[in-house]
Amino acid sequence: MKKEKVQLSYLDSVHRDGKIWGFSILAIILLFPTILCLIFNVLPNFEALGKGLIAVLPMYWAVGLVEIFTYVPMLGAGGAYLSFVTGNISNLKLPCALDAMEKAGVKATTEEGEIISTISIAVSSIVTTIIIILGVILIVPLTPVLSSETLKPAFDQLIPALFGGLGVVFVAKNVKLAILPCALMLILFIAIPALNAGTVGIMVPVSVIFTIIVARIMYKKGII
Amino acid sequence: MNFNVNHPLIFVMVAIIILVVIGQSVFFLIKAVKRAKEKGMDMSIIKKTISSSAIFTIAPAISILIGVVALSKSLGVALPWLRLSVIGSLSYESVAAERALEALGLSTGTTITLASAFVTVAWVMTLGILIGLILTPILTKKIQSGMKTLEKKDKRWRDIFQDAMFMGMISAFLGFVFCDITNLFISDQAFAKIAEKFAANNDGAILTRTASLIPVLVFFSSAVVMAILGILSKKTKARWLTDYALPISLVVGMALAIPFTMWLG
Repeated sequence: MKKEKVQLSYLDSVHRDGKIWGFSILAIILLFPTILCLIFNVLPNFEALGKGLIAVLPMYWAVGLVEIFTYVPMLGAGGAYLSFVTGNISNLKLPCALDAMEKAGVKATTEEGEIISTISIAVSSIVTTIIIILGVILIVPLTPVLSSETLKPAFDQLIPALFGGLGVVFVAKNVKLAILPCALMLILFIAIPALNAGTVGIMVPVSVIFTIIVARIMYKKGII
Repeated sequence: MNFNVNHPLIFVMVAIIILVVIGQSVFFLIKAVKRAKEKGMDMSIIKKTISSSAIFTIAPAISILIGVVALSKSLGVALPWLRLSVIGSLSYESVAAERALEALGLSTGTTITLASAFVTVAWVMTLGILIGLILTPILTKKIQSGMKTLEKKDKRWRDIFQDAMFMGMISAFLGFVFCDITNLFISDQAFAKIAEKFAANNDGAILTRTASLIPVLVFFSSAVVMAILGILSKKTKARWLTDYALPISLVVGMALAIPFTMWLG
């Protein structure tokens, strides 16, 4: 008898494996502080824990929720499962995947785009993790270099340096679409003092939704 | 067991978790490359994707490493190593650690000596980032099928939609680059207040009005380098220029930030 096996599509298998890996990593991440308590035989200071959680949870969970809806469609499935584990999405993984898809000439929503984005984010995650491992092993000799005042301005300006290069490519490709969102964000960030490094994460979805609306209107009117 | 922030057992646990996380990336990398072969995709493009992604990652990864060093003063090396390798981004992790330390009546400058304080910080940092880990496996498929429906309806609109999302993200960061530019024009009193706040948050560092121009100049320098590389690679047909254009413009922009800061900071 011929073996009947349900053939999963590539994308379905990515979702299946992504879920298995995702929930397993969730479990071991929660195990870490639990085991810490067990081996040192202590409980957390519950009052401080409560205060700390009240200070960070509302903001972090709100931003986290918004980030999922904003970045998952841009990252593709495999890229999303990896990025939401290894983090640094807007300052590393997404620009990396965007650049890779751009050069390969593929769109994130196609299977080719899915493959390129997954490869690029996987490589980026592996390289990041390895560099941090090397840094941790060499932390003693590296500390003076990494905390040097001379190099500090360079790393302080990582985001402007990254988005300057990335921005010029995307703006050149979509000049008409770029005008309104760039103008709106410039006005908002310059006019509202509360918008700064800490709140740019919240402004990304605002800007994304605005740009999609602008794009829709321009598309319907035949401008783009 | 006697506690210290750099206890070998903490390192062992962190190393195990990080191995699992690398395992996930390796698993998906192999899976995607296999699928690319099955589909008959051009393997030279796959190889270029791998090498250019690796090169591009170096500078941002070093900036993450700087975060580990900064947090290691109070938390030891193992916990920041874990937190910045898994999900962590420096801005979130330092705030989470600071808030937890504040709640304990401690500061980021001194090493934690009490096990209970350490596990408290570990719990706050872990629970703070949990939402993405819980919801990504639950929601990713649903969000992606939404995108698929879009694809079936109108292919051209799908491509524009995708570009619009990226453009939206880039616009937000463009706004961020210019966010302090008003410092150049505001009244002396208003600027004194901002400078005072900045000094309080940065160990008494002095803020100049012109410092707000540094990110703007870096942004444009990097954009100019990228544009020049794009034109050069078209003229000379040097493909490698396109492959490494983004990391080159990133590093040049960052390097120029040093003289810009000396001049304006």
